[in-house]
This record gives sequence, structure tokens and C-alpha cells, in this order.
Amino acid sequence: MTAVNPSGWRPSSPATSGSEMQPTVTGNRALMLEEPLLFEIGSRDQTGVDIEQREGGNRLGGLERSGIDLPGLSEPEAVRHYTRLSRQNYAIDLGLFPLGSCTMKHNPRLNEKMARLPGFADIHPLQPQETVQGALEVINRLAFWLIDLTGMHGVAMSPKAGAHGELCGLLCIRAALEARGDARQVVLVPESAHGTNPATAAFCGYRVENIPATKEGRVDLEALKTRLGPDVAAVMITNPNTCGLFEPQMKEISDAVHAAGGFVYCDGANFNAIVGKVRPGDLGVDAMHINLHKTFSTPHGGGGPGSGPVVLSEALSPYGPLPFAAKYPDGSFKMVEEEHAGEEHPDAFGRMVAFHGQMGMFTRALTYILSHGADGLKQVAEDSVLNANYLLRSLDDVLDAPFGFSGPCMHEAIFSDKGFADGFSTLDVAKALIDEGFHPMTMYFPLVVHGAMLVEPTETESKANLDQFIAALRSIAEKAKASDPSLKAAPVYAPRRRLDETLAARKPILAYKTPAPDGVSAAPLAGGG
Amino acid sequence: MSLYFTKDHEWIRVDGDVATVGISNHAQEALGDIVFAEVPDAGKSLSKGDDAAVVESVKAASDVYAPVGGEVVEGNAAVGDDPSLINRDPEGEGWFFKLKLSDPSELDGLMDEAAYREWVATL
Repeated sequence: MTAVNPSGWRPSSPATSGSEMQPTVTGNRALMLEEPLLFEIGSRDQTGVDIEQREGGNRLGGLERSGIDLPGLSEPEAVRHYTRLSRQNYAIDLGLFPLGSCTMKHNPRLNEKMARLPGFADIHPLQPQETVQGALEVINRLAFWLIDLTGMHGVAMSPKAGAHGELCGLLCIRAALEARGDARQVVLVPESAHGTNPATAAFCGYRVENIPATKEGRVDLEALKTRLGPDVAAVMITNPNTCGLFEPQMKEISDAVHAAGGFVYCDGANFNAIVGKVRPGDLGVDAMHINLHKTFSTPHGGGGPGSGPVVLSEALSPYGPLPFAAKYPDGSFKMVEEEHAGEEHPDAFGRMVAFHGQMGMFTRALTYILSHGADGLKQVAEDSVLNANYLLRSLDDVLDAPFGFSGPCMHEAIFSDKGFADGFSTLDVAKALIDEGFHPMTMYFPLVVHGAMLVEPTETESKANLDQFIAALRSIAEKAKASDPSLKAAPVYAPRRRLDETLAARKPILAYKTPAPDGVSAAPLAGGG
Repeated sequence: MSLYFTKDHEWIRVDGDVATVGISNHAQEALGDIVFAEVPDAGKSLSKGDDAAVVESVKAASDVYAPVGGEVVEGNAAVGDDPSLINRDPEGEGWFFKLKLSDPSELDGLMDEAAYREWVATL
């Protein structure tokens, strides 16, 4: 840092008197702009677009367009509204985004450049397949990379995000069980699994049973073995798990589940920590979704849609959904659809989506994989784990690390609220991080840790960034232990102070109501604070 | 009338063959501000350990299990309308449902109040 500017010189302003903050007429504070609601900017009596009435009636077949009760805004008004709001938001392009279990890593610009090539960006799913051979090749090549990286047998590319992938995997498992006339009813989910796993199993009609975690934050293998039986369809395991730990007994778990006639679903949300290092297929996994929007750097959150391909074992591959992009001996590619699945893929359980999945994400993910190469992906895993362990060991003297004694963590460091002064909570720490200019970590998850703080720095953060975050979190943790009342006031520098999340959840206001005239008490507006 | 508790932090108040079920004060404190509750309808038949109700706070969503089996006599509509009742009076007005016990011997393995409070203090 100091090498570039050894003297530390910064341009400065002359000292002025009366520099305390004064209210402004507009409510704006220089680049921090106060933004009203759309309804408060435009009136419903005006319109931003002036379309002439057509001679001899309108174009709506005689239907009269009456007031639609939306504000009429001009294009610059609408553009400025959303641009101003976006400046009040946080983004991965602004700074460290340590949201555990989400792998908020940098989205390389090369991905965007490739996705914007007209041959990928300007095509339509209903185009003749001869005209989109390159796009089909991208899907096919990415499919083989995912199979190689996981050591599995097949892959369903179409699921649109993690939970959609879980659904796809469980539907494959159900189809395989039905094919052998085995109506199993129960799915086992360890406490260290992702919250979506039991939801997926219940959605598929299975009865969900929990398997406890050990003190070390891992699956209780003995409890799992005891529960296995002829009614267990599958076990859903998150590995690395939500306690930030690798499950070293994964192979033994898989063998036990297979011996009992069940299947192993692995939640691959945390694949970033092991990509290029461990192949889940070698651990006996039957199905695992891969979040392209986590491990393979495609945008997510507000930035873009998710994508959750599911890799499948040899036992489950025949049941994978349609369609898929197949390569033929003459070098051509074809989407295998229902019309010709008869010969090529007769046992598919059905399909997950209307078309073929998230083309834009496939292009980005393949770009990421090819630009890193196999050795680069291995380094991704190593650096993400190194960064998380650096964070864990830099803070475990001031924050309680409940699984610190279990050995190194994977790509997430987890802390609890143990040791905070009475009345101080994880929520206070998260709010104070906003004032420090960071997006807060995942909090109150996993449930097995009291007041959990799940921090995932990812491999794309430099040591300098990590050190700054560590210094901020250390100072906040010290305040939480010392009952510092300033923590309760946080955030003070955000566009809004601490919101009443309870009231917002109990009495949500989801539609705009026109304030009543004549000073009669108006309906409260969302936000404020 | 006798009061029992489970390790999942449910309480059961038994009056004759009817059991009233809710979540303990410790449970509501751990959950934080409760924003949603769903209780079972009368007539629903529950076995011991079934998912009986749902409770959701600003921090987490959680199932409430049937600590004993039986047929639901009444779900507490008041906690559905105003979930904050569970925070204010968890072991009284904030009850979830009443059921008619199918097998009173299922109460045998449960903790009494003193044992539960002592156990909670160790958590």
C-alpha cells in the first residue's frame, strides 16, 4: 500500500469554520441523494410519453384505456430514480461481500465480454438448431467440465438455481426408486445442512427427519447409521457443511446409505472450497447441484439469475430431465427433446424448464473455467480456504469460534455471540459493519450456532482488504463485549438508520396508498426510520 | 392440571384428557420477535413427533412438533392474528393448539417444570 504513495499525501481542503453538518434544502448530502417514491415524483394525471390518438379509434380493438393508477414519468425521471436508488445499495463491485454460504466472489469482466458476443446474446430458443451450433457446443462443453470436476456420470444443465437443482436431484432419486418399485417415504437431513434441503424434500412429498450434529459441527455418523432403513429414500448432506467444515466421513456415510438401498444427495453450494481438490463422485455422491452463480463466478443477487446444474451418478443419470445438448459423431450438436428421447433417453422423469436453462450463465461459467484452467480452479479452492482461515484465526481471540477446535475451516469462518455483553447481539454487529462500509455477513445461520455469524471472504479478496475487514470486525466485537451504547445506534451513516424489521414483517405495506388529503392521518409509507 | 416440557422447548398443560401445547419462554427468547405463526385446524390427527405448527421470527423459521399424539380440538386463532402474543405471554395466552390425548402414557418421558428450567440453564 505505502509503496505507491510513501508520504501518504492526500489533497486537502482549507480548514473552514462551521463545518458541522447543516441540513440542506433538498435533503440531499452531496453525492448521497435523498430519493422519493416513484408515486411522489410523477403524478397520475400526467404521462411521460405522448402518443397520438390513431385516426378512427385506438389500437386496442375498441377497448378504452382508462386510468391505470400509475405515475406518468418521463424517461430521465425513471432512469434517475433507479440510478439514485442503486447508489444507496451495496454491490460486489463496491467492496467485500462476506455473505456466508453465498460465495459472493468477483464476477470477471471477461465473462461479460463473452456473454455479450452476438452469437450468444442475440439468439432465440426457438431458432433452428443448425443456426445455434456454437451455443449448443457451449452447453455441451460446460456439461463435460462439470462432469470432470465432480467425477460424476451425467449432468442436468437446465435447473435455474440451487433449490431448483435440489428438486431436480430428488426427482431423479424418486424416479429411480419408482423404477424398482420401491416406495420409500423418508429423507434424512443433518442439522449441518442448508435450510433449503428439508424444504425440497418436503416439496417432493417426503417426510423429513433430522440427524443431529456432533459437538465438532459434523454429521453424527452413528445416529445416521442407526436411522437408516428400508424406508429411507435419500440423505441430503451439505459438504462442506454450513458449520464451515468438510465432512471427512462422507465416503463412509455414502456406503452406509447405499447399503441400506438409499441415495446420497449432496448440496454443492459450498463446492468453491473443494473445486479441483475433491471429486464428489469419488465420495459416493449420487446427485449434487452446482451453483454456477457461486463457484463459477456468474452474477447473482441483484446482478443476474442463478443457474444450478445437477451432476448425477451412473445410477441416476438415466432419469435426468430433458432436454440436453448432445454431440453427434459428425461433430454436430442437437438438443435432445421429447420427440426423439425414445431411443436416446427413454427414462427421463420429465423436464424442469420450458427451454434449456440459463444460456447467459453457461457462457460466463465456461469462460471462467477456461480462463482458470484445471490448475487455476484448484488454486481458487486453496485461496478461498486460506482466506477464510486467515480471517478465523485473526479474530478468534475476540470472537467465539465454536468450531475453532475442530481444525481448519473450509471457505467460511463461523463465530457465535458468546461473550457479548447483556443486550448486545449479532444484529448489532451486522448493523455496525454497514457503518464501516461492508455488507454484513450471514447472521443467525446455521441454527446450531447461537447468534451465528457466517463469514465467507472468497478467494478474490486481497490480504489488505481482509486486514481492513478484520480490523473493523475486531473493533465492533470489542464494543459488543464492552456494552458500548454507540453500537445500538448503528447504522448512523447509511441512508436510513435501523429499520423496524419486526413491524415490517408483521404488518408489511406492499402497495402504495395515496395519502389522505386535508391533513387526515395518511397511510404510513414503507421505509423511513 | 399438570405441566410438562420437551427438549424441543414445547410445553404441554394437561387438563383431563385435553393437552394445551405452546413454546417455552426460552424458545421465544431464542427466536426473537415472532412475525408469523400457523396453527393446526381442529380435527387434524397428530402422532407424537409430527410437525404440528410453524413459527417464524425475524431470525428463523421453525416447526413446532406434537409432543404427544392426539386429535386437535382447537388451534389458537389469536396467535395467527397477532404473533407478538407468543413473545408477550408464551406460556399462557400464546398457546398454539389443544389436542385430545390418544395415549396419556406418552406424557411419561417428558420433563416437569423444575427439570426443564434446570436443563435450560445449562444450555
